[in-house]
Amino acid sequence: MQKSIGLINERIRDGNARVVSAEEMPDIVQELGEEGALEEVDVVTTGTFGAMCSSGAFFNFGHADPPIRMERIWLNDVEAYAGIASVDAYLGAASDSDTQGMEYGGAHVLEDLVAGSPVELRALSRGTDCYPRKTITTELYLEDMNHAIMCNPRNAFQRYAAATNTSERTLHTYMGTLLPHGGNISFSGAGSLSPLANDPHLRVIGSGVPIFLCGARGMVVGEGTQSSPGSGFGNLMTTGDLKEMSHDFLRAATFTGYGATLYVGVGIPLPVVDIGVVRSTAVRDEDISTPIVDYGVPRRDRPTVRTVTYQDLKSGFIEIGGEEIRTSSLSSFRKARDVAGELKRWIESGQMLLSMPTRTLDATRTVHPIRETAQAPRVKEIMEKNVVSIAEDEEIRTAAKNLLRGETNHLPVLNGEGKLVGIVTTYDISKAVVRPDSGPRVRDIMTRKVIKTSPDEPVDIAARKLEQHNISALPVVDDADRLLGMLTAIDLGKLFGGRWRR
Amino acid sequence: MKLLVTFSRKGGHEPVIARTVKETGVLINVERAHIDSHAGEVLIDVPAESAETVCRSMVGAGANVKVLEDAVVRDENECIDCGACISVCPQDVFFLDENWHLQLHVERCVLCGKCVVACPHNALSILE
Repeated sequence: MQKSIGLINERIRDGNARVVSAEEMPDIVQELGEEGALEEVDVVTTGTFGAMCSSGAFFNFGHADPPIRMERIWLNDVEAYAGIASVDAYLGAASDSDTQGMEYGGAHVLEDLVAGSPVELRALSRGTDCYPRKTITTELYLEDMNHAIMCNPRNAFQRYAAATNTSERTLHTYMGTLLPHGGNISFSGAGSLSPLANDPHLRVIGSGVPIFLCGARGMVVGEGTQSSPGSGFGNLMTTGDLKEMSHDFLRAATFTGYGATLYVGVGIPLPVVDIGVVRSTAVRDEDISTPIVDYGVPRRDRPTVRTVTYQDLKSGFIEIGGEEIRTSSLSSFRKARDVAGELKRWIESGQMLLSMPTRTLDATRTVHPIRETAQAPRVKEIMEKNVVSIAEDEEIRTAAKNLLRGETNHLPVLNGEGKLVGIVTTYDISKAVVRPDSGPRVRDIMTRKVIKTSPDEPVDIAARKLEQHNISALPVVDDADRLLGMLTAIDLGKLFGGRWRR
Repeated sequence: MKLLVTFSRKGGHEPVIARTVKETGVLINVERAHIDSHAGEVLIDVPAESAETVCRSMVGAGANVKVLEDAVVRDENECIDCGACISVCPQDVFFLDENWHLQLHVERCVLCGKCVVACPHNALSILE
């Protein structure tokens, strides 16, 4: 059996459509069977409410007198992209304020406008014959704009990788606060209520499909940027009128140490046209799996600690290595339910009709990393290979001599097998002179917990280690902890003078 | 009951807490401590019925004791019930109820402030 979109819309117009949320659907399918559910249910509503950095809005402010060709534009000190004609701008949610930093960003400007607050528009121009004016500063409310059209390049990911952190320090990321030593797990997404999780093969979600976007009647533009439905990480480009949006479903946020982002409420009504839609909307949290990725590794390809389901994540605890680790959601499931519920009311009351995609999206599409024409510099390319070191059982006096001979402040300490076991600095020697009772040997005064690097580590990561630990040198070791060189702040200077200069 | 104990270290390094435990026999849970060369501030948790005994002993040792009733405050207009605070809290103050609304066991809060930093919506604050 099949059901046409025309029949579904006729039922919506007559007020007879059976609309259920994606949370209710699995039980209905279980009870009535697939054929029975297809006959019974006309529309399944979905919803998600979470951080979607890749969001923003186009504005048209109207012309001033004398007129100005706005070349650089700020809204409440947050710079918007002005390279689109004379009085237009695109404000990205993740753009930070020039004056308040990441505490206030494009997302906060959008929230302020939607909440009915005025924002200050400031613009500069070089002046032209047709647009003589060079500056303008004015206060605008949302209703003062000719157009304020939200257009989000990348919304409503099908699922998100969860995050943990096995490193020794707290990380502040776009996945929130990650405690050291795998102390917590954070995740995002509404699981089985997420729009794309209910249509992973993109059969009824595509260009032109009506959606709920932050309380407004919006639309799917098409495939989102970086959408990768072929690997289970599809997303959508969405649009809607900012003037119709509600503060209940659009919230600015700041992830400490990361930046501003926008919490967006997105819901898509799925027409139950055939058995395929019945099957895909019967998805439960336990059917959707996602990796827990270790953000303690500062690289693109981070190791997966465990693969779990959204049911596991929502339970509040995940077991890793025999320990129960607490989970935190960054997106709001309560709000996701509100989105799906609101959408259900719209359709039941005939305020929104459905349509099939005017253009279908490619469900096999995947994305790849950037093509880098030059590899980011590695430690081995700039490290100092001629290193003076010392054995752990030498006398402190010998260490002092070696420091002088090497004209350095850092002396790596090696054991009998030539492995790095510590480091001695001029500061450690000075301390030993002042407090001679600590012992006569290098091993008595060395720092045993050495922050180190490897020859193939990108210099950017090594430089961040120096900065975070407030140190000025890193021993470079191989996999067996044998000393290969030293990387100092002076070596980093080579990047700016020599072959790496851009 | 949470007690905020403050003491000066100028007159020597009196082991205030150890002495009180020994003297009163009350088991004291140290929730948070900050001690530098001049002064110390320690947040302890003791059974309500022993609070007075503990107070008296600590005051006897030269410390100041204040019953702490403050806890983290949530701004319900800003909170969206995400739960980002849940896993960073060392005291299990936060949880989601069966309707996915965020709830707080405020009495467990030791004002460490970790949740304030973790909240993306600036909805949590500590008044101190």
